[in-house]
Formats: sequence, C-alpha cells, structure tokens
Amino acid sequence: MKQVKRGEWVEIEEILLEPEKRAKHLPLDTKKVPLVQWFKGYMITEEANIGDEVEIKTLIGRKVKGKLSDINPKHVHNFGEPIKELIDVGIELRDEIIKLD
Amino acid sequence: MRDISYEAIMARKNEIMKKAVGIDYEVFDYGQIAFDYEEMMKKVGYSLEEVRKIQNETKVGNTPLYELKNINKLIKKYSPKGKGARVFLKDEAVNSSGSFKARRAAVSVYHAEKHGYKGVIAATSGNYGAAVAAQALQRGLKCIIVQEVYDSRKIGQPEILEKARKCEAYGAEVVQLTVGPELFYTFLKLLEETGYFNASLYTPFGIAGVETLGSELANQMLEKEGKYPDVVIATNAGGGNLTGTARGLIKQGAKDTKIFGASVDLTGLHMASDNDFNKKSFTTGHTGFGVPFATWPDRADVPRNAARVLRYMDRYVTLTQGEVFYVTEALAQLEGLERGPAGNTSLAAAVAIAKEMDEDKTIVVQETEYTGAGKHPTAQLTFARENGIEVKRGKPEDSVPGESVIIPESFEQLKVNDLSLDKLKKSLIKNAIQKNNIKELDNEDIEFLMEDTNKSREYILDVVNSLDIKIK
Repeated sequence: MKQVKRGEWVEIEEILLEPEKRAKHLPLDTKKVPLVQWFKGYMITEEANIGDEVEIKTLIGRKVKGKLSDINPKHVHNFGEPIKELIDVGIELRDEIIKLD
Repeated sequence: MRDISYEAIMARKNEIMKKAVGIDYEVFDYGQIAFDYEEMMKKVGYSLEEVRKIQNETKVGNTPLYELKNINKLIKKYSPKGKGARVFLKDEAVNSSGSFKARRAAVSVYHAEKHGYKGVIAATSGNYGAAVAAQALQRGLKCIIVQEVYDSRKIGQPEILEKARKCEAYGAEVVQLTVGPELFYTFLKLLEETGYFNASLYTPFGIAGVETLGSELANQMLEKEGKYPDVVIATNAGGGNLTGTARGLIKQGAKDTKIFGASVDLTGLHMASDNDFNKKSFTTGHTGFGVPFATWPDRADVPRNAARVLRYMDRYVTLTQGEVFYVTEALAQLEGLERGPAGNTSLAAAVAIAKEMDEDKTIVVQETEYTGAGKHPTAQLTFARENGIEVKRGKPEDSVPGESVIIPESFEQLKVNDLSLDKLKKSLIKNAIQKNNIKELDNEDIEFLMEDTNKSREYILDVVNSLDIKIK
C-alpha cells in the first residue's frame, strides 16, 4: 500500500540543471548547486510514495511529470514573531502626535 | 520531437519570443543601436482612453488618493521653519489583486485575449504574478507564473511564498525554482510548449497600463489642491512603474511635476547568489534591480524594454531596509493603512525629501501594495533573524545589507542617499555601445542616446569620445 493515491494534491520536483551544466558567470555558491523546480497539482498516477516518478495535473490542466516531493504541501509562511522594535515605534509615533495636538 | 535541452531552447530564444509577444521589434530599429521608442509606444501600445476602458472592465484603476495628515504633522515637526511639504498617497492596493501591477497586467491580458492566445505566462516573483493571474481569470485565459523562490536548502523567501499562494488563489499554475538566471530557460520552454502569450512586464502594453496611474493622480491633485503635484515619487525596480507614471503625467499636462525614483539599498548582495538570496528583507523595489535596469533596460525578457527610466527620472534616491520598515509601521499606526512593505520605499523617500522642501509644495507617493502573511515587516524581520541578520534600533547609516537591519530611533533620522544620475547615464551610454559591439557611431545613434538619457548632444559626444569611439 503506497502513501499517496490518485487525485491527491501534491508537489513534484525536477532537477533542471546539474551543477556542471549551470550558466557561466554565476556566483560560485550558486554554481555549486543544481537548479531545481517544483510544480503542484492533482496526482494522476494511481499510487506512489515520496521520491517516485509520478504525473500530475496542474491548476490549469497541464500534465507534468516529476519526482513526488510533498503531499498536500503546506503554506509555511506566516506573520513571524512580534517584533518588539516595531511595536515600540508605533507607541512612540502615536505619543508624538498626541503631544502635537 | 524538438530538442528541449538548455542549449537548444536558448538558441531558439528569438524565435520563441517573437511568437509569444507578437511584436516585430525590428521594424522600429534604425542606426546601429537606435530604435523609435515613441513609435513603438504608439503603434503597439494603447491610448490613455483605451487603457482606462480596458482597466475599468476588470476592476483596475480609479484608486483613492489620501493626504497623510498625521505623517505630515510629524514631517512639519522635524522640518526647518518654512519647510515640510505635504505628502499624499495613492492607494493602489485597492486594485484587483492588491497592487498597481494590475494596471500592467490588465492591458497585457486584454491584448493576449484579443489576439487569440489561450493563456499567458509571466516570469515574476513579485505582485505582478497575482495581477496577471487575476486578470487572466476574468478574461477566461489560462495562466502560468514562473518564480524564483527557494535557496538550495528549499527555504523560501516569505514574501515570495505569499505571492505564490496568491497566484494559486487566482487559479494560476505556479512553477517555483531555486536561485539563478536560468529560470529564463523554463520560461522559454513553457512559452514554446504552450503557445501562450508572454505577459512580460516590459512590453509597450504593460507600460501603457501604468500611464493611467500618472494621469489619475494628476487629476486628483488638481481637484484636491487646485494644482498638479510638485514631486511624484515612485519605488523603482525594473523601471515600469516610474516610466509609465511619468508618461501619464506628461500626457495629462503635468509637465512641471518632477519625478523621483526610490529604491531600497541592497548594495553588496549579489542577486544571483544562493547564499545572499535569503539575506535580503526586500525582494523588489531594490537597487539590485533598479540600477542594472536603469543603465541597461534591454536586459529584459523582450528585445526592447518599454521601461526606460533615465528618460524621465529627475532624481534617484536610496533608503535602508530599516527605514522602509519604520515608515511602514508609521503608515499603519498613524494613518490606519496597513500596506507594503516594499511598495512603501517611495513613502520613506517622501518623508525624508518633504523635510527639505518648502511647506507649500506637495509630494505624491504613487503606490501602495497589499500586505499579509509573509509580506509584512514582522514576517520579514523574523526571517532575517533566522538567517543570522541582526535587527535592532539605531542609526540607519550604520546598517549593512545582508548583515543588519537597523530600525531608526526617530522620525528625524529618515533621510535619502542620492545616486548620481550623471554616473547612471554615462553607464547607459557605455552599455549601449559595448553590449552592441559598436566601433563607430552613426549620427542617429547619438540622437537616440540623447533621448534615452535626456541629455544634450555635447554630453553624449563627451562620453563617446572618452570611450575612444568614432562618429561616422
């Protein structure tokens, strides 16, 4: 029994360029790593595990193949932590306005 | 089956581009480096009236303009006697998709639909992606957005992750890549494979779309204040925002209004570096785009870039990342507008410049952008700390991009750093000559360089002579 079934929302990965194939004139740190790309969509392949070659259908209906890299990929970005330095700015500026008025 | 290797696709670049933009740029070429910019804008762009109509159909334009009364009180407090211009803000965040980029996308997508393309593709990590997606869905076109978002550890810049989410929320397919200019390969491959329209930021359609922004704000200021603004400040990256706004102001008759560009200073960070990628707290509106695009506009993803800032810019200033975050907080806490952050670069510049200007003058900050998870000062500063950047209060001038973000201690500290327009213009002339391998210049090329830099014949000849280039 495999992890993911047809129809699930997944992410696939493809290595586009291995380090030795990368463009000239790149900074050295970038030249050392591959160029990788990711697509998201509904899995068309019957079933698969992470790392298997699969086919997906993207949001606009295109079919793309690649290595299964994530299942129901999460939006990891958020508002971060409260930044005390900025909270302070708000209070300072409002105090200044009150004093001016 | 066609060869889709990196080398093969790059070799077919011109052929793919021509089909995907539908413009034969060569008909505007003359001399060795010259092209007829105004003719290009006229022939393939759209008139102000047409653009207004197109944008009105898809929830773009007619955004409000506000006087920032509380911020203006503080400007006055920190200005010498008789100084302290009043600042007004055009709230572009209320456009469909949340930024002025909707103006550019509206015209591109309209054009694509009119010419029978089934879909549109744009290479962008910015607000433009969501703008194209939101316009495409309204006109029944499919949309693919190609974005540079991850470093090699697959850590995404929060601002760009949010933009990916928003594109998907508008039904677009988003292709996400690691750092590197070879993103262009994927972009070309997708254009060839799908036959979709290249909704480049730099076509005449895109720039014509921003002209309504300049013309609207000129009219709104005339109505509110009885005169056009003295200064308009635009956040500058690729140059389309400033170019389109300046053209719109001129078309509306606001010929004496000065137009300034403002960018966040990211000097020292390499834009194609995997290590540097997540050390910046701004992914657009910065010098890493602003300077190279100003001095060599035709580096864009179309043969001739319609965004050419040195034709229009009267002054170009930079600010630190911390100053822009500070002003973003001021806009939220004093004016009740939570916007930005990158779009507030021009607001930070306005605050600093207003303190030098006479009190009867006016400045318009011509954009805001939506804010949200990832795309917010708290998200960016948390991310900065996670990536080893020091965040603290202090003097803005002590900050070092990639090492520290310094939040000013007082409104008084906000100030701009002027970039030399003279140096940028010389650099443009040099690039035009060297990148085209020119040994001898035609007279028509000199005339073109005069237009492209807004400088005199003598000025161009001086620079050309210093490069040991002969005139035919």
